[in-house]
Amino acid sequence: MTDAEATTAAPQTLLQVEGITKVFGTLKANDGVDFDIVPGEIHALLGENGAGKSTLVKMLFGSLQPDGGVIKWRGQPVAIVNPMQARALGIGMVFQHFSLFDSLTVAENIALSLDDDIPIRTIAAKAQALSYSYGLPLDPFSMVGDLSVGERQRIEIIRCLLQTPDLIILDEPTSVLTPQEADKLFETLERLRDEGKSILYISHRLEEVKRMCDRATVLRHGKVVAHCNPREETASSLASMMVGTEIHQVVREASQGGPGESLIEIRNLSRPAATPFAMPLRDISLTVRAGEVIGIAGVAGNGQGEFFEAVSGEVLQDAAGSVRLRGKDVGRMGISRRRLTGTAFVPEERLGHGAAPAMALSENLLLSRYRTDQSAFLGPLGTIRSGAVEAASKRVIEEMDVRKSAEDPEAASLSGGNLQKFIIGRELDRQPAIMVVNQPTWGVDAGAAARIRQALIELARSGSAVLVISQDLDELFEISDAIAVMHNGAMSKPVPIAEATYESIGLLMGGSEPGHVAHDEKEVV
Amino acid sequence: MEIAQNILLTIATAATPLLIAAMGELVVERSGVLNLGVEGMMVIGAVCGFAAAALTGSPWIGILAAIIAGALLSLLFAVLTLSLATNQVATGLSLTLLGIGLSGMIGEGFVGSPGVRLANIHIPGLADIPLVGRLLFGQDPIFYMSIALTAGVMWFLFRTRTGLTLRSVGDNHKSAHALGISVLGYRYAAVLFGGACAGLAGAHLSLVYTPQWVENMTAGRGWIALALVVFASWRPWRVLGGAYLFGAVTIGQLHAQALGFGIPSQLLSSLPYLATIVVLVIISGNRRLTVMNTPASLGQPFVPDR
Repeated sequence: MTDAEATTAAPQTLLQVEGITKVFGTLKANDGVDFDIVPGEIHALLGENGAGKSTLVKMLFGSLQPDGGVIKWRGQPVAIVNPMQARALGIGMVFQHFSLFDSLTVAENIALSLDDDIPIRTIAAKAQALSYSYGLPLDPFSMVGDLSVGERQRIEIIRCLLQTPDLIILDEPTSVLTPQEADKLFETLERLRDEGKSILYISHRLEEVKRMCDRATVLRHGKVVAHCNPREETASSLASMMVGTEIHQVVREASQGGPGESLIEIRNLSRPAATPFAMPLRDISLTVRAGEVIGIAGVAGNGQGEFFEAVSGEVLQDAAGSVRLRGKDVGRMGISRRRLTGTAFVPEERLGHGAAPAMALSENLLLSRYRTDQSAFLGPLGTIRSGAVEAASKRVIEEMDVRKSAEDPEAASLSGGNLQKFIIGRELDRQPAIMVVNQPTWGVDAGAAARIRQALIELARSGSAVLVISQDLDELFEISDAIAVMHNGAMSKPVPIAEATYESIGLLMGGSEPGHVAHDEKEVV
Repeated sequence: MEIAQNILLTIATAATPLLIAAMGELVVERSGVLNLGVEGMMVIGAVCGFAAAALTGSPWIGILAAIIAGALLSLLFAVLTLSLATNQVATGLSLTLLGIGLSGMIGEGFVGSPGVRLANIHIPGLADIPLVGRLLFGQDPIFYMSIALTAGVMWFLFRTRTGLTLRSVGDNHKSAHALGISVLGYRYAAVLFGGACAGLAGAHLSLVYTPQWVENMTAGRGWIALALVVFASWRPWRVLGGAYLFGAVTIGQLHAQALGFGIPSQLLSSLPYLATIVVLVIISGNRRLTVMNTPASLGQPFVPDR
């Protein structure tokens, strides 16, 4: 299908990429990539994390320079040396990790990406008019740090549209949106296509690619493995092109027996915002019983991080009883003492939070478990029993199939997915009675993600309580027995998985539960 | 009347070098770079300004030499911390030590030699207005430069596109880079500007304040300038207020010492430092405003990927 698609490309090709190669050290991030975009199409760029999608678009936008190959714009070979030049050609970009400035206003943020020196007032007026005409309302004078993730993405999109580009590159735009916000985005994109603009849409979400995109280019390990029409493919055929092998389906058996003992009890947990841009927690109550997996959904920045910190003990509460783990009031206890109740925590950030980057895996294992497994890992004078630690580390590596380059490598040298497998495995190895995980598979490839999800389900079925915070709704639907939603620092009641739908959870994420709405209105007044 | 005017004049003279050095450092820090070498650049400015003025007889050549010397020393800092991405705190501290040592060496032959004083401007008529005449129309040229500098920095940072870009670089250098802004270019320019300002501040000490060269004559003013910037929450008008408060308490305690209130002189000498910090800490109580104005990537090295 590669050749067929390439030769039927319309005569007035907008962008053509031939044999683009980019090498970082020994890694070929892009290896002879070919594809083209014609006017008025939505073209998907598909691939796993680390397949080279972001590297490729950074070269198209001038942030990186290719080591080989040709980029043709309207048939002419061009060297795109910086983003200014890309914008001058008519290429706009909406970044995955927003390139916004928290302490500046919306209008100032937009001004920074425009090459001409236009007065802020003019920019504000233009941005506001454009944002309303596309149904993406924005207040140009609000401070970016105060805005939600969805609103921030609107800034990126409006900023991009103000430059009237012919090609708009969107890097994983829906990963931070509620399903309803994503629908709104799709409408906007379809309207832009109808206006004759081309869109390069980067994603690993297959359903939305199938729904919206006209053509797709699939990358794997830096190489193009297929050009196809996503509407003629199935989600699983696209997935196997991306991954190269069939992905193991996660199996979730219904939990047996009646409700187990309550292992995590959170009662009226509140917390003021720590910084002006942080989210306060508002009166959260939640119970997780033995044998079940409870998922916490929500758009990023609605208090999930603050909630995890409060549960794990990174931040102490005023009331000892606001967090109970296995019947013990732990609100005033630090992380180690909470771990001693038989609880394991996996934070969101792998490097620097979940693991010390420059330390070996075995040392990282010791760092999180020296209190809970004191008798096994430490000698009488507090000396380290290296043999025992290394044996445990090896056990984890085998159990979770961690791929590594050395015997006991430093954490930073592992890929994100492998390090995450190790960090989860390190906690599972303790057979904790309670496991609390924030974003278990963020940035992890599909194979490793399936393995991690299966392990979490099995831990719950063996009688532990598992609490998973995730932005990935598919993941939560796959593993949870019930899903609660965080919005604006408050948490909804858990919805049993049998009753939950994407739509109902999505509405909760947008804050439209009756209780939530009342809350919001109070806030505004 | 005459006494009041004289006191106000000495306050302005004490505040001017702090204001200039702090205003330069404010621009540096707004771009996301923490240069702890202000003291070193100031003292180098003082000695080079003095030496050039003494050798040529022209205080204006002295001022020029001080500005160039301060900028050159900051260029060294910029190459190390920006191009080679060394630790900014450690590099800044060593810059201060280097500046102090180097100034002692350069100034060795000038200790005790007669200095050249930069003459005051005197506008006939206007300068004779009682109380404020000499304050407004009869001071040294560097005083007027310091006021123009403050107004210029305010205008530049908050009213110009280039100033907005500079602030964006200090807020989030990754985002700025992604937009195609030359992060290192802006930072180089800011650091050089900061060095030039510190040099000029040093020249004020050795050409106006006490027209002679004494080793270590900055006496910690560079550190005060650094503290002023932080406690003023990186806002120019607060730096101006802080510098004059410091100047006022410095002069006030000198008069108190002369009058002999029976308070230990060490305590009085520490008063300016204490008072400035206390007042600035109190007014920086609004955390939201502070966070808004804090350059979020301050002190973090930036290495663009290629």
